[in-house]
Amino acid sequence: MNPAINTAVNAGMTPVATPFFFYMLAGLAVLSGLAVITRRNAVHSALALIVTLLSVAGLYLMLYAPFVAGVQIIVYAGGIMVLFLFVIMLVNIDRTLKERSFNHMWPIGLVASCLLLAMFMGAFSKGRALFVDRMIPLPEGSNTQMIADKLYGQAGRMGEYTFAFEIASLLLLVAILGAVIMTKKKI
Amino acid sequence: MTDITTLHYLVVAAALFILGVIGVLTRRNVVIVLMSIELILNAVNLNLVAFSRMWGNLHGQMFAIFIVVDAAAEAAAGLGILIAFFRNKETVNVDEIDLLKW
Repeated sequence: MNPAINTAVNAGMTPVATPFFFYMLAGLAVLSGLAVITRRNAVHSALALIVTLLSVAGLYLMLYAPFVAGVQIIVYAGGIMVLFLFVIMLVNIDRTLKERSFNHMWPIGLVASCLLLAMFMGAFSKGRALFVDRMIPLPEGSNTQMIADKLYGQAGRMGEYTFAFEIASLLLLVAILGAVIMTKKKI
Repeated sequence: MTDITTLHYLVVAAALFILGVIGVLTRRNVVIVLMSIELILNAVNLNLVAFSRMWGNLHGQMFAIFIVVDAAAEAAAGLGILIAFFRNKETVNVDEIDLLKW
């Protein structure tokens, strides 16, 4: 970062287009999220979900979390969604396109979502003082290195999350074994 | 135009969460129900990263990464169950998945 930009950031100047990009990404995320739950064809839903995931990755970038944004794109949009699309192709039957796509639970869904909306609005309006109105700029350049220090530890000592990291690898191993065993015809 | 605060991100996350809950409760296609669960997990992740920015430390981002790991495991196991079920019953409709109903 050159010194001129650095002083501009320190003086509290924010980039002009930031609110615009926020509203664009947020609107894109919510609209395509709506498309995920309303499309009849599951492939269209999956494509809309990819758009949602990419816009949420953009929001992570705006929150100074470039590593999480990269993980979101590589693991979610690249890995999990390919798995989803593959399974959709495998189990896609024309029957689902002709039937109703919503079940009889829709009044319950409506009530549950209205209750959730009321709860969120109450929490946000009453707890507004709790959400401190500050945005501390995290160091963006060394974000990945700081995360690695927490995950792997540094100077031969265990990091804060090294144990949780090992447990996560165990969870992934169990998931792989479970998926393989459940999909096999004969064990 | 005012600045974007933590509350803005929380409202977006709440919207995504509610959409996911509606999808889980009302859709009949199992694959779309699983995708709605991914929407819910994304809303949680967005909250965690926004709080990480608010407090200025990395714990929220670490939790977001672990939730991504969990989402991957959940998708693999869920889709495995779905394929095993489809092989037996030739359906992906939630209403017809009632083998455990007494």
